[in-house]
Order: sequence, then C-alpha cells, then structure tokens
Amino acid sequence: MFAYYLQLGLRSLRRNPILSILMVVGIGLGIAASMTMLTVMHLLGGDPIPWKSDKLHYVQLDNWNPDQPFSDDGRPPDQVTYRDAVALMDAGKADKQAAMFAFALPIQPENKELKPFQAHGRVTYADFFAMFEPSFKYGGPWNHDQDVSHTRVVVLNKEINEKLFGGQDSVGKTVRMNSIDYSVVGVLGDWNLRFLYYDLTNGAFEDPDEFFMPFTTAVDLQQRSSGSNRCWTSPADGWVAYLDSDCVWIQMWAELDSPARLAEYKSFLDNYVGEQKKLGRFQRPLNNRLLNVNEWIRDQNVISRDVEVQTGLAFAFLVVCLVNTVGLLLAKFTRKSGEIGLRRALGASRREVFTQFLIESGVVGLTGGFLGLLLTGLGLVAVRALYTEYQAVAHLDWSMVAVTVVLAIVSAVLAGLYPTWRACRVQPGTQLKM
Amino acid sequence: MLKMTHLQKVYQTHLIETYALRDFSIQVREGEFVAVTGPSGSGKTTFLNIAGLLEEFTGGQYQLDGVDVHGLNDDQRSRLRNEKIGFIFQSFNLIPDLNLFDNVDIPLRYRGFAAADRKKRIEESLSRVGLASRMKHYPSELSGGQQQRVAIARALAGSPRLLLADEPTGNLDSLMARGVLELMEEINRQGTTIVMVTHDRELAARAHRNVHVIDGQVTDFDEEQHLRRSSLGDGAATVAVA
Repeated sequence: MFAYYLQLGLRSLRRNPILSILMVVGIGLGIAASMTMLTVMHLLGGDPIPWKSDKLHYVQLDNWNPDQPFSDDGRPPDQVTYRDAVALMDAGKADKQAAMFAFALPIQPENKELKPFQAHGRVTYADFFAMFEPSFKYGGPWNHDQDVSHTRVVVLNKEINEKLFGGQDSVGKTVRMNSIDYSVVGVLGDWNLRFLYYDLTNGAFEDPDEFFMPFTTAVDLQQRSSGSNRCWTSPADGWVAYLDSDCVWIQMWAELDSPARLAEYKSFLDNYVGEQKKLGRFQRPLNNRLLNVNEWIRDQNVISRDVEVQTGLAFAFLVVCLVNTVGLLLAKFTRKSGEIGLRRALGASRREVFTQFLIESGVVGLTGGFLGLLLTGLGLVAVRALYTEYQAVAHLDWSMVAVTVVLAIVSAVLAGLYPTWRACRVQPGTQLKM
Repeated sequence: MLKMTHLQKVYQTHLIETYALRDFSIQVREGEFVAVTGPSGSGKTTFLNIAGLLEEFTGGQYQLDGVDVHGLNDDQRSRLRNEKIGFIFQSFNLIPDLNLFDNVDIPLRYRGFAAADRKKRIEESLSRVGLASRMKHYPSELSGGQQQRVAIARALAGSPRLLLADEPTGNLDSLMARGVLELMEEINRQGTTIVMVTHDRELAARAHRNVHVIDGQVTDFDEEQHLRRSSLGDGAATVAVA
C-alpha cells in the first residue's frame, strides 16, 4: 500500500499546483535557513580527528602573574613559555609530543619569474606529523635526529609546492628562505583541515600552513613567532633573555594513548611545576590542564555565540514555516473530505486514511526537502561571500544532505499530523450526500 | 442478509435529543431488491448509513450477513464493509483525478488483492457496465449515465453480497436513469441483494418490495404483510414493525 499512497501523494501534489508550491516553498525556505546555519555549526563543531581526538591533549601550565590571573574565570594561559616547551619536549614523557608556533619567512624562489614572497608556516617537531596525520604526496616528515641536530629541512604543503616546483616531486631540492637554503624532505598531499584545530590561539580560520620546519632550526634564526605572544612581565633585552622569560607563545600538544598514560602525564606535569616552584617560578596555585581536541575546541569557543543565536533564529523561522504548512495542509485535506468519506465507504479504515494522508504530507516534505537542499547550497554560497573566514567550512557534506532530507520529511510529517488526524475523523456518512 | 431489530439512532446535543431512527426494524433477504421510500428527513439516509456501517447506532441490533456488527472496531467494520457491501451514490462520487481503472481499483486495494487479480476484476466489472474500452478515460470525459455505470462497476468489482444505492438515478435524465435501473435489475438477477433509497415512486415500483419510512420508523403496510408472510414461510423470527 505504501507505493499506492506515494503515488496518490504525488498525484495530489499535481492537482493543486499553487497550494503545493506554497507548501513546498514554505518548507524549502525553512529547511534552507536552518540547514545553512546547522551546516556551519556542524562543520565548526565537528570532531576534526575523530579516531584520536581523545588521545591528543593540549597542555596548559599556569606560570602567570601571581597577583593577577591570566583570565577572570581562572583558566591558565593558552600557550606555554619556550623554557617549559623545551623542558617538556626533552623529558619526552608523552607517547608523542610536539611544541609548535606560527612562523613567517620570505621565500626567494629559484625561478626568477616569481617574485619573493612571504610564506606562513609552522615550526614544530617531527612528532607533529604522526600526531595530526597529514598525508604526504612526496617524501615524508623529518626525523627525531634532525630535530636534535638543528637540520635545515622543510616540509611544504601542496599549494606552495605547486607554486615553487609546478607540483613536481621536490624532495631533495632546496628552498631559499630569508637567504638560507632548506632541503625539502616532504610535500603534503590534500589535507582537508576544516580549521586549524591544532592552533586555535592564532585563529581557527587562518590559512593552512604553507611550510613546516624543525623547531630547533627555526629558533636558531632568532626570529620571533608570527603568532600570539603574551608576557605578564617584560623580558630583558636579547634573544636568550626572551627565551628564558615567562612570555607564552608556544602551543604544546601531547599524545597520550590511554587513560593511564593521561594520568601519568598529569602527575608528571604536576611534579614538573612543583620543581619549577622551587626555582621561584609558577607562583600561582597549581593549575595545569590537559584538554583533548574536542574539549579544547569547546574551551576556545570556536562556535561563536553569534552562530548559535543565528542557528536558533533559523530554526524559529522553520517553525513559522511549518505552522504555515499546517494551515495549508488543513485547507487541502478539508477540501478532500469527500474523497476521504468515499474511501472510508469503500473499505478504508481510519488507520489507512491516516497513513495515506501522512504519506501525502511526507511527499510535500520530501519535495520541500529537495528545494531546501538547493537553497541551502545557495545559502552557503552567500555565507562564503559574506564571511570569508568561513570559506573552508561552509560546504555541504553527505551527512548534512541526509540530515536535510530527513529534517524536511520529519518536519512535514509533524506539520501533517494534526490535519491528518482531522482528516481521518471525517464522518463518511455526512460527506457522501447519501 | 440484513436484519435490523428495534434499531435506534439518537443525535444528542446538550439541549435536545433528536431521534433519527426509533424502534426501526427491517429484514432484507438474500437476493431481494428492496426500495426504501419516504419523505425528506424521514430517516432513510440514516438507515442507509447505518446499514453501510458508515455510522454507529445507539440502540437495538443489526446483523449483516449473520454478523452482529455491534461492538466491532473500526478496522473490523471497514473490512466487513469492504467485503460485503458495494455503494452507489446519487452524485456518483468518482475521484476526478483518477481514471476509470484507478477509480474501480480503490475498494480492491483495500481488500489487498494482488495486482493481477485486481486488473482482472477491474476489466470484468467495467465490461459488465459496458465501459471496458474507456478504462484510461477520466470521469470528466463521461456523461452522467456513464459515470454512474463506473460507480456501479466500482461497487461490483469486489463481488459484494449487498448493494446499497442512494437515489442512484437522481442526477440522471430519464433515458440514462432507465439504463442504470436495468443494469441494477440485471445485477440483482445475478444474485446480489440490493437496497435502494429513493423518492421516486416509479423507480420504487420496479423493486421487489417497498419499505416506507416516516419519522424514523418503518410504517408501510406492504412491509408488514410481507414480513408476516415470510415468517410463516420459514419460521424465522418476525421482525415487528411499529
């Protein structure tokens, strides 16, 4: 009977084209508004690395001013000092660990047709690649020995390799950056990072890193990070004094493969801070934090309050559209009282009439859903045009396409419940003019 | 086939009770062609609605083909209606956006017949009313008489034992009306019981017997005589007529 009711639903849609268009457009608009915002929310809030987001932990230590907390809600600083980063890296207590900071260098291309340009990259350790798992198109990451020996190597992302080497395998070639040659060891493949979740401090929606360079090698250049740097007390003059200061400018990640390892690492951090306290640092109460990827994303409010409010408004709009649909369906089904009476007389039970009209509502929903999908696509184009920072995230993925269609059908069926219930209460005798 | 005993139907509002049927008793035997006549508002339609299981009654008893319908739930009543009863309405009640084939298909769908069986029955019943060649046509393409023939085909497709007709020729001119009536007579000759409500004395005269209803009660003398006769004949309980 399902196929029969579906066929009747489609036929009924064609019978009253204007009424049908009004309903379909209503649902389509409501769905499009909600899905556009939900897609942005979903992509912002989605787990960027679901298979290990509970293993990767962001390290925070509270070395801040003893007289004034880093933030009013008692959160520790969102980055660590050079001293602490190097100490934690040297201790190597996590299963994998990577300190990192954002870095910019001018590139002087070999190809004289290209002008020198500023490239934005990341300074980090070899473990970074094993922890965040970018894919490599050519070569691979540098190794731990190269971390230790301050080797001048570089990993390029796909785009910059395209620019400098025409997309060819550039492993073994050199890239001249600020008058120093670095040897290319690897080129990344496509890395679909919706946002830079490993560096939320410097902006989740910044452009992806164009190159990666060993931490030790970059520090030798005595050039400050291109990202955030905060100090609660002014450092003394000179590079060494800066490295020794309590300024925070490095992000520290630790991969901990089990809850037991997490607990061990926590106690290691507590001990480390305890030792530092003996040296006169870390005068605030113990306030270390280890947040996993999703906790860190929530902590940093990647989904802004604005986006939440707009999503709420979009759903309120969907409700208005549905109330409108309830009215239109009531009108449509009331006009069909004669047919309902006839079908009852010919042997349809109330349940069958209910099913038929609920499926008819579902057909309206499905059609509205497809229109909604189309409009959602347009809505996301508008979001990309208006908010360039969402460029990378405002796309429909398959799961959201499925959610759109399901939401449309569920909404229409919900809107159809009351009119359908009314329809199946029709007294056949009074409708047949017997 | 159809037996109502002391049937009562009361419409109740918070102020008044209106009796649509009061102590209404009738018996229709298998194969009969009965015309129910009476003035407007006499309760004919209520009787037909209750007989067709489209309305509940408030008192008395009703047996349809041996089944006591009191206390059946909606599913059971719908199934019984689908299997036992065919309806013919004054205004034909064809669904305008379904072609003839699909209109006749409706009761068969609810019966749950397989597609091949449905097709066979639809073709047979449309041939029976002389419209087999117009299966793909829509009701608006037919004359009133032809539309009523389609309605009859629809009523017959499920092979009901009882045909309930409400002024079946009321919307037709006399030539078409005659054709429809002849068709009904032929159906009756083939064994289907027919109960027809009509104002039209001439039409009623073509039935085997007439039952006259006034103020929700069966009053016709012929009916009384007939019942008495039949009770003598087969010893069945005579249904008293008020």
